Amino acid sequence: MPRRSPLHAVRALVGCLLCAVLALPALLFDSPLVLGAVCVSALAVGAAAGAARPLLRAALLALPFALVIALLNPLVTRNGLTVIARLGEAPVLGQVDVTLEALVYGCVLGLRALALILCCALYAAVVDPDEVLRLFRRVSFRSALTATLATRMVPVLQRDGRRMADAQRCRPGAPPSRVALVRAVAAGALDRAVDVSAALEVRGYGTARRPPRVRAPWSRHDVAFAAVTLALAGCTLAARFAGVASFDAYPLVRGDWGAAPWALAGALVLAPLLPFLDRRGIGR
Amino acid sequence: MSVVALERLTYSYPGAPAPALDDVTLRVEEGELVVLAGRSGSGKSTLLRLAGGLVPHVHGGTVRGSAVVAGMDVRSHGPGELAAVAGSLFQDPETQVVMGTVRNELAFPLENRGESPAAIARGVEEAALALGIAHLLERPTHALSGGELQRVALAAALVGRPRIVLLDEPTSQLDPVAGDELIGLLRRLNEEWGTTILLAEHRLERCLTAADRVVAMADGRVVCDADPSSFLAWAHDAAPALETPGARLLASVGLGPAPVGVKQARAVLRSHGALPEADGSGPALLRAGPVAGKSSRERGREKSFPAPPARSASQVALRLRGVWVEPRGAPAILRGVDLSIAAGERVALMGRNGAGKSTLLRHVAGLASPSRGRIERSGRVALLLQNPNDYLVHERVSDEAPADALAAVGLTGFADRHPRDLSGGERQRLALAIVLGGEDVEPPALLCLDEPTRGMDRAHKADLAVLLGRLAATGTALLVATHDPEFAALVADRVVLLADGAPIADGAAADVLAGGWYFATETARILRGAGGALDPDAGAALVRAQLAGAAAPAAPPAAASASHPHPTEVPRR
Repeated sequence: MPRRSPLHAVRALVGCLLCAVLALPALLFDSPLVLGAVCVSALAVGAAAGAARPLLRAALLALPFALVIALLNPLVTRNGLTVIARLGEAPVLGQVDVTLEALVYGCVLGLRALALILCCALYAAVVDPDEVLRLFRRVSFRSALTATLATRMVPVLQRDGRRMADAQRCRPGAPPSRVALVRAVAAGALDRAVDVSAALEVRGYGTARRPPRVRAPWSRHDVAFAAVTLALAGCTLAARFAGVASFDAYPLVRGDWGAAPWALAGALVLAPLLPFLDRRGIGR
Repeated sequence: MSVVALERLTYSYPGAPAPALDDVTLRVEEGELVVLAGRSGSGKSTLLRLAGGLVPHVHGGTVRGSAVVAGMDVRSHGPGELAAVAGSLFQDPETQVVMGTVRNELAFPLENRGESPAAIARGVEEAALALGIAHLLERPTHALSGGELQRVALAAALVGRPRIVLLDEPTSQLDPVAGDELIGLLRRLNEEWGTTILLAEHRLERCLTAADRVVAMADGRVVCDADPSSFLAWAHDAAPALETPGARLLASVGLGPAPVGVKQARAVLRSHGALPEADGSGPALLRAGPVAGKSSRERGREKSFPAPPARSASQVALRLRGVWVEPRGAPAILRGVDLSIAAGERVALMGRNGAGKSTLLRHVAGLASPSRGRIERSGRVALLLQNPNDYLVHERVSDEAPADALAAVGLTGFADRHPRDLSGGERQRLALAIVLGGEDVEPPALLCLDEPTRGMDRAHKADLAVLLGRLAATGTALLVATHDPEFAALVADRVVLLADGAPIADGAAADVLAGGWYFATETARILRGAGGALDPDAGAALVRAQLAGAAAPAAPPAAASASHPHPTEVPRR
């Protein structure tokens, strides 16, 4: 992966941990403020790393998914006291009363999904998969092999899919059915998987030994991002245990909107951007 | 000591009715460069996969007989173990590159062998320098061109200094320049590093000069194992489809021995006084223009193609006016292309990998819109993309294309077969039937083909050329992007040479392909472009006329060249 930014220049371990720590508040907190801060933070870090486009693309793909979660929750949950719509009897669901609290909690769940997807997209955009593979090969060889195959298949299948779509556009007359297309894509993917696994085999992956540990000195960027990661992890855990940014949707919507949650949100957004101020030594 | 030793080896793929390798006995000695020749499906790829351990360990199947590579029995040692002694390079570079950057790709085989970080760093640098890809080391592999990818894959195969390198049509996706460079590189590795090389290739004229031996295969059997010259003599009688154009040229005029390359062919002609000397002296005929009132292209076509319908200049199938393709954040791919193709005209589009040929075809077919400029089409444009498998989505051939389209490409008898059970050439024809459509679809005004001969043997190319000639005779214009000058000579009236997104030469095939070095047929290179002869038959006619001492009067430009009497040098933008 080209070293376009300080974040691209850090070792894979630090990059992985930063993305994980950014995603951590999305798992630990229900507060929309914190969840929103995670989304903004992931987008801001991606933009600072020159990866705004893939992150925006991921956000666009995730938004309908988040919306579905937000709209589905009030239909399936019976919690909450403030009824805002009575939809009557529905098969399977029974009496459907939409409550304000269930709608708010649906939005919280959707926001959480969006935040997690953005953190994953950030990881995909800034962390070198080859380095991650090396990292995990020392721990679990077979898992790393599977992950390698899957990782390599994604761009190969993307290119195959684009070519196949073009080929179908070149057909005169009615296009083939979706079932036929899905079947052909699946058959093509299997063929490709065999090709890629054969390439891995002839490069000696099947009999690979545990790779030697490479002791690379820590760069200024490794240190800076590791420090920010540690600080964010500390802040997040401390805030969680201190009950900062508490939020309850049921039975009534109640949340902590004081200075502390705003400070936590500010830290989540601003702290990961600080190491980007130093751009020395990012080229190779 | 033999690096590869096969003894009465028979191998069958699972469920296959006939063995892919049948009673093969073959020895390849240390330091040899052996070329595997044969038509598609003759067993070349299977033999290479066996030597690399993929057969039978990945593909399954049954093996009888003995197969030993660098002292390891292939049946008991898998591809992972054989990777330490045998590097493999296959046809499609896209599926061979397994890491994200070039540096990581080269380091990968060494890491798998548990080498120390210092040894890995040194190995990567040396392999990159040896293959001239040091400048690519930090590049992401997904951003490389086909030629660059193939070099990276070769470097990854060589980085562990294997005793033998197995290559399966490594030049099939490369332009003539990159293909020649790759063969030269293999020769250098063979001579300087002593690496044994086993190379399967269809374009034999490209690699025979580098070969120590040629092993010809047919139906899974070794049918000839000889030095290149003896192989060519054998091929003339037993397997004409494997004969190189140069060998066919000399054999046609009864001269020998069969030449292994251009230099040898010239020497033979010179010794018989049939080639101009370097100082310009020698037979006048070969320094003159087309003979007997017809160009070699015209005479060559008379044998295989029906005459194209008479057409006027106003019947334009395609016109491009100042077409630019400028992707955001990337260099322009097409730079102000102006091009006009008449109805029924056959145009070959040539150029190096990345010159913009495929992009031009995609825009002509309407799969993408140009950033600037206009594309005018007189009717439907059919596009046959590089990989025919991309078109195949049904379970039966008859579901893919209507019966009349199948009949037009000669696949009537295959209607009940599964498309993926067809051979490569048959799939190509089926894909052609799909894009052409049946009688209920408007016939295409222009048929575009993107590298239609990729991985095809000479006989299949000739069949395809005949098929395309028949289509052009109905008035459909052809625009064929190809790296293969022999195929371009066979199929095209006119050649457009593209470089860096703009045409740099546009003229009659006889002029463009006879005047170049890389983008030229072997016949043209042997005869130094004399008489515009591109194929062995036309070249032989010239040489025969000279040998008979029958000087022919200078002729007017040939009909095929009428609209483009000389290559047009197009100013670069």
